[in-house]
Amino acid sequence: MNKPVDVLIIGAGASGAAVAWSLADTKMHILCLDQGGWMSQTEYPSTGRDWEARFYGDYSPSPNIRARPEDYPVNDDNSPIKVVNFNGVGGSTVMYTAHWPRLHPSDFRVKTLDGVADDWPIDYDTLAPFFAENDRIMGTSGLSGDPASPLTDPPMPPQPLGRSGAILGQAMNKLGWHWWPSDTTVATMDYEGRARCINLGHCTPACAQGAKASTDITYWPLALRAGVELRTHCRVREIVTNDEGMASGVIYYDKDGVEQFQAAEVVVIACNGIGTPRLLLNSASKHFPDGLANSSGLVGKNLMFHPYSQVYGYVEQPTDSNRAPPTCLWSKEFYDTDLSRGFVRGYGIQFGRGAGPVFEAVASEAKGILPWGADHHRVFRKLNGHRIAASAICEDLPEEHNRVTLDPVLKDSHGIPAPRIDYTISENSAKMMEHGIARAKEVLAAAGATDICVNSPILYGGWHLLGTARMGSDPKRSVVNEWGRSHDVKNLFIVDGSVFVTSGGVNPTSTIQAIALYVADQMKQRLANLFD
Amino acid sequence: MSVETNLTAAQRDDLRAVAAMIIPASTEYNVPGADDAVIQADMLATLGRDAPAVSAALDHLARLAGQPLARLDPARRDAVAKEFRASGGPAAATLVRVVLQCYYRDDRVLRSLGLELRPPFPKGYELEQGDWSLLDPIKARPSTLRRTS
Repeated sequence: MNKPVDVLIIGAGASGAAVAWSLADTKMHILCLDQGGWMSQTEYPSTGRDWEARFYGDYSPSPNIRARPEDYPVNDDNSPIKVVNFNGVGGSTVMYTAHWPRLHPSDFRVKTLDGVADDWPIDYDTLAPFFAENDRIMGTSGLSGDPASPLTDPPMPPQPLGRSGAILGQAMNKLGWHWWPSDTTVATMDYEGRARCINLGHCTPACAQGAKASTDITYWPLALRAGVELRTHCRVREIVTNDEGMASGVIYYDKDGVEQFQAAEVVVIACNGIGTPRLLLNSASKHFPDGLANSSGLVGKNLMFHPYSQVYGYVEQPTDSNRAPPTCLWSKEFYDTDLSRGFVRGYGIQFGRGAGPVFEAVASEAKGILPWGADHHRVFRKLNGHRIAASAICEDLPEEHNRVTLDPVLKDSHGIPAPRIDYTISENSAKMMEHGIARAKEVLAAAGATDICVNSPILYGGWHLLGTARMGSDPKRSVVNEWGRSHDVKNLFIVDGSVFVTSGGVNPTSTIQAIALYVADQMKQRLANLFD
Repeated sequence: MSVETNLTAAQRDDLRAVAAMIIPASTEYNVPGADDAVIQADMLATLGRDAPAVSAALDHLARLAGQPLARLDPARRDAVAKEFRASGGPAAATLVRVVLQCYYRDDRVLRSLGLELRPPFPKGYELEQGDWSLLDPIKARPSTLRRTS
């Protein structure tokens, strides 16, 4: 029999780690369950000569391809964008690019400003102190003063522009576009026990140097020292409720596959935009026949992905290729609504420095620009080490038909129903993507690039999993209230990307973590009457 | 991740033949072809989870060729290869990827490309700062952050 805890957090990723650390100063008994285990930096791909090959196998961003025991399958056959994530302590911060923009203040007011979707029940200023606190703990690098982005104050200097950044910066100056070195969570100097970046280049499938912030090496050491308990290889099957309609705990499978019950006074879900609705829907019961916290019917609906339109090409001069972090610059030139473009809202652009030789060969052969036969060698030498890329991160608007449900057949290794994704790219998003492709081609042309290739959408580009348990003040139109508490179950909180009302046009992890810290702060301020 | 591949002798022959078609040896660049014995051994030793797809791709190739690929005349072999790549789907893509990922980590090939014979960690790489004066025109801009009211 497990001893009851005060707070049970499900998921040790970006948001679960942040909320655990923040709540630790209450001295409550806090337990986090994660379906995965601790990662070992010595086993990360960039430590071996097969470092690129592992991206197609055990370090694929797709859980369906990677298929580690910690992963659960996702039926995304009915989606042009496939789900990518990582499961383990640190969650998808183990496997992300560390690109670190924030949502803009205007992103919280899309209904007021542009007449679409809904305004958030909170605003940027509410989150501002939590963005700053999160930047300090994750450890960000960047250059303050971007005239087109919210003001940030990164504790470390930006990554070098490098060859690729200079080529792209020159091109955007020719066009008169905005650009700026990206804020990132890559340490550019030794920082809080993390060694500085030495440009392994292969950042996304986990950083062997530990320079890239993932919550297993940022928040978790702090939270554990503060007394939080983290139990690994424990997969939660369902949240259990009592006759009063309150969460009483969870049923999970421990590392030996044995079913366990864990009682808790408060349950916090931090499983992001696919795992969270999956868990809520799997927690249907007599009192909650349509899934837990689902009186609105919106659990799983309004899935937003950020369709990516990627354009890349090849310049004559050498680029940084794989010998630098992939994060480089961003542009907010097309971020805000301009209806003359034929769509509402906009997109950020994220620029890439290049690729390694295996990735270059595989991608170019598949695109048909790297031939078989005698000419292979000449063409490969023209391509390899000369790539630059621009990706439009298009703001996806919420649509209820884009959703997560439970697959009637597919199950994970514990027999728990797996999520099914039904998603289509909207007409507005499609127009935005076309615009992004055209503009990306312009900037690559200005850089002198040739052999232009397009990936639109990026097939395995479902990194950003948002909107499936949205935040709002109206219980009929939202799943959680303006401070993350379920409208239906008053001791159940959600702190991950599923609470996003809209998606903005930037990578969301910084905002997800700011929201997690904000919800934790709200909980602490309301401890005396948390369930009122 | 070395595992028994279970490819038949005929499949291994076809794998070697198609690998040579993808990347032949070059005296100009002083590199072996992808049919080189060391590179082939790397493929077979590290097929791992790709083994079923590669096996399926080789079966598809064998059906198209009707006989060992190496025995076809060059024109017929090229036609079969084109058809294989066009109709082979994900399995053919996996086979091609396996050939490329083993080829482009071979010491002789990396040396020819001017790349170091090592993984990225622990040495890493140097990244030049680049010309930060390029940012001056952007720094001079007024704020364009959209107002919310």
